[in-house]
Amino acid sequence: MNIHEYQAKELLKQYKITIQDGVVLSDAVAAAETITAVQQQFNTQAVVIKAQIHAGGRGKGGGVKFCPNTDSAKQAIDTILGMNLVTHQTGPEGQLVRKVLVAQALDIESEYYVAITLDRSTGCPVVMVSPEGGVDIETVAAETPEKITRVVVDPVVGLRAFQARHLAGALGLSGDVYKQAVAFFVKLYFCYEETDASLIEVNPLVVTTEGQLVALDAKFNFDDNALYRQKTIAEQRDTHEENPSEVEASKHNLNYVKLDGNVGCMVNGAGLAMATMDIIKFEGGEPANFLDVGGGANVETVKQGFSIILSDPNVKAILVNIFGGIVRCDRVAKGIVQAVSEMNLTVPVVVRLEGTNADVAKTVLDESGVSIISATTLEDAAQKVVQAAS
Amino acid sequence: MAILVDNESRIIVQGITGSEGSFHAEQCLAYGTNIVGGVTPGKGGQSVLDGVPVFNTCYDARRSVQANVSLIFVPAPFAAEAIMEAADAGIELVVCITEGIPVRDMVMVKAYLKNKQTRLIGPNCPGLLTPEQAKVGIMPGFIANPGRIGVVSKSGTLTYEAVYQIGRVGLGQSTCVGIGGDPIIGTTMVDVLKLFEADPLTDAVVLIGEIGGSMEIEASEYVRQHGTKPVIGFIAGETAPPGRRMGHAGAIVSGADESAAAKKAVMRSSGIIVVDSPALIGEAVAKQLQTA
Repeated sequence: MNIHEYQAKELLKQYKITIQDGVVLSDAVAAAETITAVQQQFNTQAVVIKAQIHAGGRGKGGGVKFCPNTDSAKQAIDTILGMNLVTHQTGPEGQLVRKVLVAQALDIESEYYVAITLDRSTGCPVVMVSPEGGVDIETVAAETPEKITRVVVDPVVGLRAFQARHLAGALGLSGDVYKQAVAFFVKLYFCYEETDASLIEVNPLVVTTEGQLVALDAKFNFDDNALYRQKTIAEQRDTHEENPSEVEASKHNLNYVKLDGNVGCMVNGAGLAMATMDIIKFEGGEPANFLDVGGGANVETVKQGFSIILSDPNVKAILVNIFGGIVRCDRVAKGIVQAVSEMNLTVPVVVRLEGTNADVAKTVLDESGVSIISATTLEDAAQKVVQAAS
Repeated sequence: MAILVDNESRIIVQGITGSEGSFHAEQCLAYGTNIVGGVTPGKGGQSVLDGVPVFNTCYDARRSVQANVSLIFVPAPFAAEAIMEAADAGIELVVCITEGIPVRDMVMVKAYLKNKQTRLIGPNCPGLLTPEQAKVGIMPGFIANPGRIGVVSKSGTLTYEAVYQIGRVGLGQSTCVGIGGDPIIGTTMVDVLKLFEADPLTDAVVLIGEIGGSMEIEASEYVRQHGTKPVIGFIAGETAPPGRRMGHAGAIVSGADESAAAKKAVMRSSGIIVVDSPALIGEAVAKQLQTA
């Protein structure tokens, strides 16, 4: 799960980390008073208007504006609030901006990159820093990897002061701001650990002309499996930022990811679901989605699965591929027959059931009278559905 | 034996009185697996599934029935605790089926196991199956036949598909190992490859990976340097867009080397036979054994 910048900054504030502060605004009616409030609170004329969407690249897309005075701030709010912001991470369809952060403007001397995430190769958290702040870290990693310093943390003892000093040194800091950075890294690590974050990115972390270390932006990803014990974080979920079909699917414990093709698929198990998408492509088609119906493929899940797949108007044919282990295929077949006949499907459905009672299942499908194309092997199924979609 | 488990393994089921644990323990017993007990805190002294004794702790199970393998079905919030308890009790092999364990918990488990002799398989995996000897997990027993092909996989149902295809070409398996698709797991592909390499009853290995992480790259390096047996591989997720998580918490392409295409290229250059279509796994194995 992701949260917005303003929420991320609130969280950092709780850990006594200095942030670029501001006030969040969702209604342009309150623009004037919000600007005044920010100007007074932070003793500044200039403010920064920042679009609050989860995707990165907001600045380049026109979602962040420096405003030297009240009039320009009002204008920026008018433009950004309610705009459809397109960045390299939103895709061409863009994302509607429902909130903006009216933030204090700071005089920046230098910018840095800081992140904490899981290092999968060691199974430990890793802190990454780079003196190249404010730019895309992937670019730094590709072009100047020597500018990234990584410190792997032993989870039993946590991030130690000597490691924090190493990180501050790697950013080339000295004097008072070095001390601020050492304290910052330790606090940020506590925050990472206690919130079950899977990623915290502070990009950029800045030093102001007054010598203050400030988190100018912040991005969090959280471990979905831990949300049950992070109630205040879970409450901050913004479903506007997610694909509506994916939100609907998650309500039914289905795992759905929309793609761009025209062959819908419904599969049990994530690995087999990916493999099914792959073979559709291998046979010359394009998968319209990833859909894992999980272990209990029954009438209800099959029905929900069909309706989610069909919410995508591009879908021209559907492949159901179930490998019944514990699940009995004949039961799944009955579910499919019932779902197909009740739902009046207008696109061809290819069904491949393998595993427990697969032969009985085939008879159920063949004798049902509903128009289903039954298939035997994975290859057979893929060929039939690709043909049906074209 | 094949690898990891056989008909002499002394297996306990942690969480045996829960609905998942009880259902699958029964399936394992029906397959002929040597289940010698179960563990549920507070329910010690009971007997379930026609005579399987239940203990309060792994320590009791270890002492009373000399358990050396534990199969875990404990719910996610308590699963990390269950793994650590089994390890501390001296259980040599722990197979954790539980899905959805928080990453932070697994970070601590991984650190805890460093100083223990215990091997962990999983979590979030289908477990182990040594055909006609032991089913320690949730793989459907009927899809496998005894034979000489080792199977190691990150996936569940895709493993069944591969095992089924191996059967269709008239071959069988020494042991099928589902290692799980989470970001942090106990036993890696390389670990399992080493075991198959050393196992005189395994002639070839089927390796099924997916996008995300670098485990397949490490496995390729191992095969390149030490492999003497043929390895046939498939990587799921060729069509998955970068940055999107595909079901498994670990199945997300976050770096260039984690895409299916990149992994396949490295695997091929290390001498692994890689199939592009998941329907061709069985055929590739048969073909390889004919030419070998």
